[in-house]
Amino acid sequence: MATILACTDGSLYGKSIYEHAAWVAGRLGAGVKVLHAIERDEAPANDDLSGNLGFHANTELLEELTKLDEAHARVARLRGKAILEDAEKQLQGLTVTTVQRHGALVDSIVEFESESSLLVLGKRGEHADFSKGHLGSNLERIVRSAKIPVLVAAREFKHVERFTVAFDGGSSVLKAINYLCTQPLLKEAECDLIAIGKPDSDLARSLEGSATALRGAGYTVEAQILPGDPEDIISAKVKDTGSDLLVMGAYGHSRIREFILGSTTTALIRTCHVPVLLFR
Amino acid sequence: MPSRLKSSWFPNVRVDLLAGLVVALALIPESIAFSVIAGVDPQVCLYASVIIAVTIAFVGGRSAMISASTGAIALLVGDLVKDHGLAYLLAASMLTGIIQIVLGLVNVASVMRFVSASVMTGFVNALAILYMITQAKELILAGEMEAWATFPLVAGGLAIIYLLPKLTKAIPSPLVAIVVISVIANYFGMDVRRVKDLGILPTGLPYLDFESWKLLPLTLETLWIILPVSVSFSVVGLLESLMTAQILDEFTDTTSDKNKEARGQGIANIASSLFGGIAGCAMIGQSVINVKSGGRGRLSTLTSGLVLLVLLLVMNSQVGNIPMAALVAVMIMVSIGTFNWATFQNLKIQPKMTSIVMLATVGTVVGTHNLAIGVGVGVLLSGIFFAHKVSQVIGISSELSGETRTYTIRGQIFFASADTFGDAFDFKEVLSKVVIDVSHAHFWDLTSVGALDKVVLKYRREGAEVEILGMNEATATIVGRLGTHDKPGALERMLDH
Repeated sequence: MATILACTDGSLYGKSIYEHAAWVAGRLGAGVKVLHAIERDEAPANDDLSGNLGFHANTELLEELTKLDEAHARVARLRGKAILEDAEKQLQGLTVTTVQRHGALVDSIVEFESESSLLVLGKRGEHADFSKGHLGSNLERIVRSAKIPVLVAAREFKHVERFTVAFDGGSSVLKAINYLCTQPLLKEAECDLIAIGKPDSDLARSLEGSATALRGAGYTVEAQILPGDPEDIISAKVKDTGSDLLVMGAYGHSRIREFILGSTTTALIRTCHVPVLLFR
Repeated sequence: MPSRLKSSWFPNVRVDLLAGLVVALALIPESIAFSVIAGVDPQVCLYASVIIAVTIAFVGGRSAMISASTGAIALLVGDLVKDHGLAYLLAASMLTGIIQIVLGLVNVASVMRFVSASVMTGFVNALAILYMITQAKELILAGEMEAWATFPLVAGGLAIIYLLPKLTKAIPSPLVAIVVISVIANYFGMDVRRVKDLGILPTGLPYLDFESWKLLPLTLETLWIILPVSVSFSVVGLLESLMTAQILDEFTDTTSDKNKEARGQGIANIASSLFGGIAGCAMIGQSVINVKSGGRGRLSTLTSGLVLLVLLLVMNSQVGNIPMAALVAVMIMVSIGTFNWATFQNLKIQPKMTSIVMLATVGTVVGTHNLAIGVGVGVLLSGIFFAHKVSQVIGISSELSGETRTYTIRGQIFFASADTFGDAFDFKEVLSKVVIDVSHAHFWDLTSVGALDKVVLKYRREGAEVEILGMNEATATIVGRLGTHDKPGALERMLDH
C-alpha cells in the first residue's frame, strides 16, 4: 500500500497538513506516515566571552555542550511525541504510522522517500517568523532534493474543485501533467492550464499537446498563453479563477542563478495563498 | 539564500561576530609570541594570521575552526631564518601549501587513523611543554637583562587572566591583562622588553611581498634546504588541523570534510607566503575559545581575521608598547589550556604500552623540538606494539594418532610471530607423517611463508611425509599479492576459514 509522508513540527500549519494529507490519502487510497524530525538548535546560548583557557578546557567544554544538548533533546523528544499523538488523533480513520527521527528534516525525508508516493509539508515551520512572505527554512532544500511530488499545504485546507497548472514546458511540469493523467488525485476537478510566453511559439504547441492529454484523461481544461511576468500573472490568475491548488514544476534553474535573480517557484509559493503541488 | 550556505556561514550572525572578536583579541598576543619562537619580525606572523584566517574561512572544511600562524609551526622553523633569511621561510611555507593540497587530494584524512589517541595526547602535551620552555627562556632572558619588573608583571597578568572570568565572562580576560599590564609598565616607565624590541611591526595592509621573494635563489640547493622544513610543516600543520577539526566535530556534534580542510590549509598557506607570512594551521586553543564564545559558523573565522587586521591598523603604535611580560602571561595560560591534564590520571590506569607511546612522543618532541619527528616516533612505536600484541594471538595444538601427528595452527602468522610458530614444532619426535592444518591461520607475509617452508623441509629431512591442509585459504590473506583487503566480503572470507 502506498503511503503519504506528512512532515509536521507542531507549528500553526499542523492541522492543515493533516487535512491535506487526509485528502490526498483518501483520493489515492493510501496510508499516511507522519514524520517529526527533532532538529538541533544550531547555536545554543553561550555567554562566555572571557576568551580564557583553564585546566581541562577541552573536556569541560565538551561536557557543558553535551549537557546543553541533552536537555534540549529531551524536551524536544517529549514535545515531538505529543505532536505525533495529536496527529494520530487528527487522522483517525486512516492507516497512520508515526515516526520520530533525530537530525535535519531534509535528511530524514530522504530515508523514507523511497517508500512514499507523495510528500506533504507546510509552507512555514515553527522557526519561521510570521512576517508576511517569509518561507520555511526547510522548504526549498526539501523540494530540491525530493524525488516524489511535494504538496505544500496552505494555512487552511479547502476541497479542490478547480486547480491551475503553471506551464513552462520544462521536464518537471511535463512530469506533473503525466502524473495528473495517470493518478486519481485531481480527477473531476476543473483545470486551468497557463503558460507565460508568446502565442505561436514552441511553448504554445507544447501547451496545446498537454491540454489534449489532460482532456483525454477526463479533465475539463482551459488552456491559455499570456505574455508578461510569470509571478504576477500566475498569482493573479489563481486568485481570479478561484483555484484551490497550484500545480507546477519546481526549481528549474541553478542555485547561483536564483541567488541573483530570485526563484519563481519560491515567489509563487509565497504569493499564492493556495496549496502548491510541486514536481521536480 | 541557499540554506546550506546559511547554515555554514550564518547560523547566528550576532554570536559569530562576537566570538570572532574574542578570538581576534586572543590572536594578537599569540601571533607576536610565535614570531619570537620562529625568530622573525612580528609582522610576519601577524600578517600570516590575518591572511590564513580570512582564506580558510572560505576554503576550509570545518566551519568555526580558527586557523592562523601557530606555535607548532613556529617551533619547526629552527635556524632556517637565522641561517638563510626570510625568503627561505616564505618558500618553505609555499611548498608546504603545495604538499598539503596534494595530500588533501590523495585522501590524507584516511591516513590520520594511524595516529593513535596516545600519539595525539603526546602531541598536545609536547606542544604545551614547548610553549612553557619558550616562555621560560623569555623569563631567563629578562633575568639576565636584570629587568626584574618583568616577574611581578607576569604574575599580575596571570592573576588577571585566571581570576577575572570568575567575576565576569563578558570581556576577554587575556585582553584585559594585556591592557592593564601595558598601562602599568608604561605609566611607571618600567625597564622591560617590549614588543617593538622584537622587530618590524605591521603598519599598513598586508601587501604582496615581492621584495622578500626576490632574495630567493631558484636553485635545486634551495629546494633541498626548504624541503625538510616544508615536510615537517605539512605533517604538523595537517596533524594539528585535523585533530582540531575532530575536537570541534565532537563539540558541535557535526561532521566536517577533512580532506577539504587539508586542501584549504594548503591554499591558505600559499596565500600567506605570498603576503610575506609564515605557514600556519588550525589552533586548538583558539578554536576552543571560539566555540566557547558561541562561534559556530564560518563567519566567526572570517571575523577573527578581519578584526585582527583592523586592530593592527588602528592600534599599531600601542601594540609596540606591550611589554613581553604580558605576552608571557597569556602564553603560560595557553600552555596550561593546551596540556591534557587527564594524562596524569591515565598514566596510572591505562596499559603500559599506551603510556610508553605517549611519553616517547613527548620525549622526542622535547628533545628535538620537532613535533613531526615526535609524531613519527609515536606512530612507529604504536605500530610495533600493535604487531607485538597481535603476534601473541597464535595457538598451536597437536594430536598423535599412530605414527601421524596433526598440528593445528590458529591465529596470525607474520614477521613478529613467525619465530613462535617455528618453535612450536617438535622435530625430534619420530613420525612417519605430519599433518599441518593451517586452515584456521592467516599467513600475512613472506616471513611467515618462509617459516612454514622451513618446518616442512626439516620434517622431510627427518624422513617424515608432510601434508599441509588449507594452505590456499591461509595464504589468501597475503594481501599484498592477492589484494583481498579491498574486495567486498574480505573480512568474512578472512575470518571464516
